[in-house]
Amino acid sequence: MTAVADRPVWKSGVTLAVIAGFCTALVALTWQLTAERIEDNKKRWLERSLQPALAGLFFDSPVTESMRTIPPPNDLPGSGAAIVYRVYAGETPVAALFVVSARDGYAGPIRLLIGVDMEGTVTGIRVLEHRETPGLGDRVETTKSDWVLQFDGRSLNNPQPGSWAIKDDGGEFDQLTGASVTPRAIVKAIKETLRYFETNAAAIFATPPDDADNDSAGDE
Amino acid sequence: MMFDGFIERLKTGLWRDNPGLVQLLGLCPLLAVTATFVNGLGLGVATLAVIVMSNALVSATRRWIQTEIRVPIYVLIIASLVTCIELIFKAWFPDLDRALGIFIPLIVTNCAIVARAEVFASRNSVGSSIIDGFVMGLGFMLLLMTIGAFRELIGQGSLFARMDMLFGGEPTRGIVLTDGGWLLLVLPPGAFFSLALAIAGKNAIDRRRKELQKSIPRSARTLNR
Repeated sequence: MTAVADRPVWKSGVTLAVIAGFCTALVALTWQLTAERIEDNKKRWLERSLQPALAGLFFDSPVTESMRTIPPPNDLPGSGAAIVYRVYAGETPVAALFVVSARDGYAGPIRLLIGVDMEGTVTGIRVLEHRETPGLGDRVETTKSDWVLQFDGRSLNNPQPGSWAIKDDGGEFDQLTGASVTPRAIVKAIKETLRYFETNAAAIFATPPDDADNDSAGDE
Repeated sequence: MMFDGFIERLKTGLWRDNPGLVQLLGLCPLLAVTATFVNGLGLGVATLAVIVMSNALVSATRRWIQTEIRVPIYVLIIASLVTCIELIFKAWFPDLDRALGIFIPLIVTNCAIVARAEVFASRNSVGSSIIDGFVMGLGFMLLLMTIGAFRELIGQGSLFARMDMLFGGEPTRGIVLTDGGWLLLVLPPGAFFSLALAIAGKNAIDRRRKELQKSIPRSARTLNR
C-alpha cells in the first residue's frame, strides 16, 4: 500500500463514483423487477384486510376505490385524519368502513378498522396495528382470541348508551384478563365512531363513488 | 482437499467463530426479531444472502478500492444489497416483511457483515470470500433459528407458527403444544436470557471437550510406557 499522499484525490473520487453508479443500477434494476408485484401486494393486502369487517354484507364495488379522508378536526377517535371507505351495492350505499386510531392504548395508538352498516350497526371490528403487550393486550387480534367479535351486531342502542363500557367500568362488554386499558380504549373508539356516523352519514355518502378520486386527493 | 477445507471453515463459522455466539456481532437484530422461529429464519436468510453477496462484491473490487475510502464503499455496497433484499421480500414475502418490519433495512447496521468485508473479503479471492460469507451467514442464521425456536417453544408453547409467511399457504399456528407459555421469553428480556443460555451452553461444551482432549493424550502416554 502506498502512502495516502502519493495518490491523487480524484482517483478515490472516481472509484467512489463508479461504485455508487453500479450500486444505484443494481437497486434500480431490482426495483424495476419488483415494483409491480409490490404495488399488487399492497392493494391485495388492503382489500383483504378490509373484508372481515364486512361480514354478511352484499356489496359489489371494490372497497379500496371509494376511499375518502376526513381531515382533522373531526369527532372521530384519534388526532390525525381518519379514513373512510364507502361500500356500495350498485348505487346504493351499504356500509361505511372507518380506519381510526384509539389514542389511549397501553402502548401508543391502536389502529382500528370499524365497519358500520346504514342502520348504524357494527358489521365488524379489526385491529390493524397496535403495540400492546404480547400475551395480554394483543389478544384483541383475531388470530389470538375472539374478543373483538363481541361487537358484531352492536349499535348505539344495543346495549343502552350507559352500558357502552367494559364490565370493570359498569358496562356490558367483556374485558381481557390482565388487560383493561386496551379494551377500554377500543370500546371508547367504537362508541365515538358510531356517534360520528349517526350524525355524519349523509355527508359521507354525499358524493357518488365515481367522484371518489377527487375526494381522496392528498390521502395517505 | 478443497472439501476438507470447506468442512473446517464450516466448523469455524458455525461454532468456533460464530458471529453471534463468539464474536457477539449483530446482536440488535438477533435480540429483536427472535420471538418466533419463522422470524429468526426469515431474517437469517436475508442476512445470509446479504453477507454472501457483499463478500463477493467487496472481494471482486478489492484491487481498485483505495484503503482510505474502503469504509464508505463497504457501506454503499451493503446498503444497496439490503435495499434489493428488502424489495424482494416486499414483492414475494409481504407477510414476513410486515412481521420483520424495520429489521430488514436494519441489516445494514449488522456489524457482522462489515466485519467480514473488512477482515476477510478485502484480502481474499472471490471464491474464498463467498465461502466465508456463506459459513458466517449460516452460523448467524442457525443461531437466530435456535433462539427463535427456543423462545417460541417456551414463551408461546408452539413451534413453527406462521411458517406460511415464508412458504405460502393458509395461516398456520404451527405445532401447538400448550396454549400460552412463559410470557417472559417472548418479551425483550427473554431475548437476553436465551442468548446468555446459548453462550453459556457453548462455553460449557467447549470446556468439556478441552478436558477430554487433555485427558486422552495423558492416558495415551501412560499406555506407551
